[in-house]
Amino acid sequence: MQVTINNRPAEAREGETILELARREGHAIPTLCHMKGLLPSGACRICVVEVEGQKGLLPACSHPVQDGMVIQTHSARAVETRKTLVELLLANHPDDCLYCVRSGTCELQDLARAYGVRRRRWPAGLRHHSLDVSSPALVRDPDKCILCGKCVRACEEVMGVAAIDFTHGGSWTVIAPAYGGDLNRSPCIGCGQCIVVCPTGALRERSQLDRVCAALADPELTVVIQHAPAVSVSIAEELDLPGGQDFNPQLVAALRLLGFEYVFDTGFSADLTIMEEAAELVRRIKLGGPLPMFTSCSPGWVRWVEQARPELLPNLSTCKSPQQMMGAVIKSWFAQRKNLDPAKIFSVSVMPCTAKKAEAGRPEHAREGRADVDAVLTVRELARLIRQRGIHIQELKPEHADLPLGMRSTAGRLFGGTGGVMEAALRTAWILLTGEDSPPLRVAALHGQDGVKFATIEAGGVKLQVAVANGLRHAQTLLGEIAAGKHPELQFVEVMTCPGGCVGGGGQPIHKDGEHALERRQERINALHRIDDEGMLRRSHRNWAVNELYREFLGEPLSEKSHELLHVHRTPVLDEEDALV
Amino acid sequence: MLRRTPRRKPRSRRRWHERAITQARDCGLLGADILGSGRRLEVKIKQGAGAFVCGEETALIHSIEGQRGMPRPRPPYPVTRGLFGRPTVINNVETMANLPGLFRMGPEAFAALGTAGSKGTKVFALSGQISRTGLVEVAMGEPLRRIVEEIGGGVPEGHVFKAVQIGGPSGGCLPGPQLDIPVDYESLKTVGAMVGSGGLVVMDERACMVDVARYFMDFIQREGCGKCIPCREGTRQLLAILDSLGRGRRREEPAGALERFQGLISLERLARVIQDSSLCGLGQSARNPVLSTLRWFRAEYEAHAYDRRCPAKVCPELLLYEIEEDLCNGCTVCARKCPAEAIVGSRKSPHHIIAEKCRGCGSCLTACPSGAIKVS
Ligand SMILES: Cc1cc2nc3c(=O)[nH]c(=O)nc-3n(C[C@H](O)[C@H](O)[C@H](O)COP(=O)(O)O)c2cc1C
Ligand code: SF4
Ligand code: SF4
Ligand code: SF4
Ligand code: SF4
Repeated sequence: MQVTINNRPAEAREGETILELARREGHAIPTLCHMKGLLPSGACRICVVEVEGQKGLLPACSHPVQDGMVIQTHSARAVETRKTLVELLLANHPDDCLYCVRSGTCELQDLARAYGVRRRRWPAGLRHHSLDVSSPALVRDPDKCILCGKCVRACEEVMGVAAIDFTHGGSWTVIAPAYGGDLNRSPCIGCGQCIVVCPTGALRERSQLDRVCAALADPELTVVIQHAPAVSVSIAEELDLPGGQDFNPQLVAALRLLGFEYVFDTGFSADLTIMEEAAELVRRIKLGGPLPMFTSCSPGWVRWVEQARPELLPNLSTCKSPQQMMGAVIKSWFAQRKNLDPAKIFSVSVMPCTAKKAEAGRPEHAREGRADVDAVLTVRELARLIRQRGIHIQELKPEHADLPLGMRSTAGRLFGGTGGVMEAALRTAWILLTGEDSPPLRVAALHGQDGVKFATIEAGGVKLQVAVANGLRHAQTLLGEIAAGKHPELQFVEVMTCPGGCVGGGGQPIHKDGEHALERRQERINALHRIDDEGMLRRSHRNWAVNELYREFLGEPLSEKSHELLHVHRTPVLDEEDALV
Repeated sequence: MLRRTPRRKPRSRRRWHERAITQARDCGLLGADILGSGRRLEVKIKQGAGAFVCGEETALIHSIEGQRGMPRPRPPYPVTRGLFGRPTVINNVETMANLPGLFRMGPEAFAALGTAGSKGTKVFALSGQISRTGLVEVAMGEPLRRIVEEIGGGVPEGHVFKAVQIGGPSGGCLPGPQLDIPVDYESLKTVGAMVGSGGLVVMDERACMVDVARYFMDFIQREGCGKCIPCREGTRQLLAILDSLGRGRRREEPAGALERFQGLISLERLARVIQDSSLCGLGQSARNPVLSTLRWFRAEYEAHAYDRRCPAKVCPELLLYEIEEDLCNGCTVCARKCPAEAIVGSRKSPHHIIAEKCRGCGSCLTACPSGAIKVS
C-alpha cells in the first residue's frame, strides 16, 4: 500500500497501524497507553494524528493504515490537541516533580516539556486521593495517576492477577483494588510489573533506602549486602550505561565504596538452593511425590499459590528462596565464623524484584524475632545510592566478593533468567539420579522467552520430564493443562513470576519506551548465558564454599539443620471464605 | 436552577419483556424452527445497570461480556469483531420496531416517508414547558415548529418560548428562529444539535441557558467511562468553566474574574479538542450542549461573564435580593427563614438584606407574605 506520511511517500504493510508505520519510517508519535504485544486500548489519545479527509483526528495506535492515506503526525491541529491533553492531565496532577521518584524518567514530564506547557490553563484543580502504603512491596499514589490503564493490563493480561482495575466513573474514575480497598487486602502479589509499565510516579517501590543509609551510619552494626544474579547485568542501564554487559566485579567495588562491610553474591545461595531443591526432587521421585514439584524461589508465585491455589502447596518445593537462604546463613554460620552477634548484623539485599521486599518481611523468614534479611533494595534504589555518591561504576577496578559467601558457580548465576533455575537444577539432579557427573550443560529447549517450555532428559535408564513457565500467566496456563491431564509424567516445573524471569523483574531499571522490553530482557539473559559459557565452575555441587558450609555446619542436603534454616512449612494465607481469587 | 446528580434507576421491566418473549414463542416466532422455516431465532434480555455510556456499542458489548462498560477503538467495528469476538449487529429498539411497518408497507413506500438522507419516521419524546407532553411519531423532515407548536401545543399560557433541547444529553439547544428547520439527521447537525435519542425538551423564558448547559455537562462528566483523557478531564474543565460563570463575587477568589473571561474564551478551543480526540460518541458529542447554547444564546453567556447577571434569574449567586421598604410590614418571617442570617430589621419596621451575606437561595422570596422581596 502506498501512503504519504509527513509529505513523504511510504510503503505500508497490510494490517499495520498508523503508529507502526510511523515508527518504522522514523516519525515519532508519542503514546502513553500503548503496550506492545497487547491489543490497543486507545485510552490516552496522545497519539492522535491528522489524516486527510477525516473529520476528527485518528488514534495512530489503533487505526489501521489504508491505501492512499495522507497522514500528518504533527499538524498544527494534532500538536495543539496533544498539548491540550497534557495540560488537562497536569491540571489534575500535583506539582511534585522536584519530589518525585520518576522525575527524569517520567513520560508525562517529557511530554509537558516537549509540548511547551508553561501555565495552568484550566480552572478545576487536583482531585485528591489518598496514598496507599499498605503493601510491603509498592506504593500507590493515585494523585499522580493519569489513568493510562497500563498497570491494569500488566496485572491482568501479563500477570493474570487482576488485583487492580478502573473503579468509579466519569471524571471520578480511579484505579484501585476491588471496592476501593488497599493493596494489602487485594490479590496483589507484589510483583511490581505495574511499576515498570507506569509512565508516571503513581506506582513505585516501597523504598527502604533510608533504613539502609541509617544502618550504614550506625557504628554498632555490621552491614552486609548480597546482590542477586540479575542485578549486575542490568544496573548499568539505570546508570545510563549501555545494557547487556555484566558489571559484577565493578558492582562489588561500588558496594564496598558505599560502606558495606561484606559483599556477598546471591549466586552462592542459589547454588545452595540447587543442592536442597535437587535433593528434594530426587527424594520426591523416589518416594512417589507429590509431583510435579514446583520451584519456590519466586516470591510472587509462592504468594499467588498460597492465596489462589492453596491445594497446590504440597507441590511447592519447601526450599526458601536464595535471598532467604543467604539471609539465614549470614545470621548463623557466617556470624558464628566471624564471631559476630547476629543481632548486630544488618543484612541488606539488592534484588531485581519488589516481591522480595514482601518476602523478607514474612514471619517464617525470621528467627528469634529477627528478620534474616533486614532490608531489600531494588536495582533502581541501589542506582540512586550510587548516583548520590557520584560513583562511576565503569571506572572502578574489579573486585571479588567476600568469601566464602561470595563464591558461586555459573549455574547459580543462571537463576536470573527464565529456564536458568531448571538448567542449574538439572546439572545437580543428574548426579543424584544417575550417579554420574556428566549432565547436559545447556538444554536448548529451555532457552528463549516462550511462555511454557518443555524438555525431557534421558540417560542411564533415568527419564526426567520438566517444564519452565515464563511468567505467572503462563504458569496458570500450564496448571490448566496439568489439571486437564495433559502432562501426566511431568516431574519438575520452574516458575518465574515475571516475564523473562528476574531479568524482567519489577525492581529492574525503568525505560521510557516499553517498546523494547522483550529485547532488553533477552540482552540481560544473553549476558548471563555468556558468563556461564565462559565459566570454569558450572555446577552448583562443585562450589567448594557450599560444600564447606555442608561440611562445617549443615551436614548434608535436607538434614535437620538444613530444614531448620533453609526450608519452610507452607500454609495458605487466607481461609477459604476469604480467598480473593 | 436545574437539579444536579441525576440518580440512576434501573427499573425492572423484565416481566413485560419475558411475557412478550413467551408470547412470541407461543406464536412460533421464536425457537428452533420459526414459522416452520427451519430457521432458528432466540431472544435473550440482558439488563444493564443504567450507565449512559453503556449505550455506546463497544461499551455495550463489554458490559454484556461481563467487563467494565468502557468503549474500545473502532475499527474493528462490531460487524467484524463484536460480542465475544463474533460479528455483531447492534440496533436500537426503535429501529427494530420499524421492521414490521417496513415489511408491511414495502421498502419503496417506507422510503417515500422522510427525506433523501433520513427515511421513515421518528418517535420523539416531548417534554418540558409544553402543553401536551408525550411520545409523538412524525415523518423525518417535519419542521421542528410543527412538532413543538401544533402537536405539542406550544408553551403554556403566559409564557414565552425560549429554546428546545433536542437529542438527549449530548444534543443541542435551538432558539425560536431555528424552529423552521426540518427534523432530519443532516439538518440538525448543521445547527449543532442531533436526532440522538429523540428527546425534545421545551423551555420557556424561565430557563437560563448557562444553567442548562451546566446541567448537561454535569451529567456528561459523570456518565462518561473515564477511559480517555479528553472526555474525562476535558468535560470536568468545561463544567468548571460553566460553574465559574454562575459564581457571584462572594465565592470568588481574587483571580476569579480573569479566570472567568479566559474560561469563556477557552471554552470553544477545549470543546473542539474534546470532539476531535475523544474515543467514543459520548466525548465526541459532549460539546453540543455548550457550543449550541453559546452559539444561539451568546448574549446570555456574556451577561453572566461580564455583568455578573443572570437574565433568567436562575443562577442564585448572581441574583440581587432587596426588600422594598414600602411593601415590607416588618413581620420578620424572612429574617427567620434566611439561612445566612443576612436579613436585619426590627419588628414592624422595614427589613434590609445585607448583600455580602446573602447566598441567593430565595428563601425570603417564598417566605414573604407581602411580596416585598425584589430580585434583580
Ligand atoms: C454515549 C452513547 C450512548 C448511547 N446510548 C444509547 C441508548 O441508550 N440506546 C440506543 O439505542 N442507542 C444508544 N447509543 C447509540 C448506539 O451505540 C448505537 O449506535 C445504536 O443503538 C445503533 O442502533 P441504530 O442504528 O438502530 O440506531 C448511544 C451511543 C453513545 C455514543
Ligand atoms: S509523575 Fe511525572 S509529572 Fe508527576 S510529579 Fe512525578 S515526575 Fe512530575
Ligand atoms: S504488583 Fe503485580 S500483582 Fe500487584 S498490582 Fe502490580 S502487577 Fe498486580
Ligand atoms: S498507575 Fe500508572 S500505569 Fe496505572 S493507570 Fe495510573 S499512570 Fe497508568
Ligand atoms: S469519550 Fe468519554 S465515555 Fe467515551 S471512551 Fe472516552 S472517556 Fe469513555
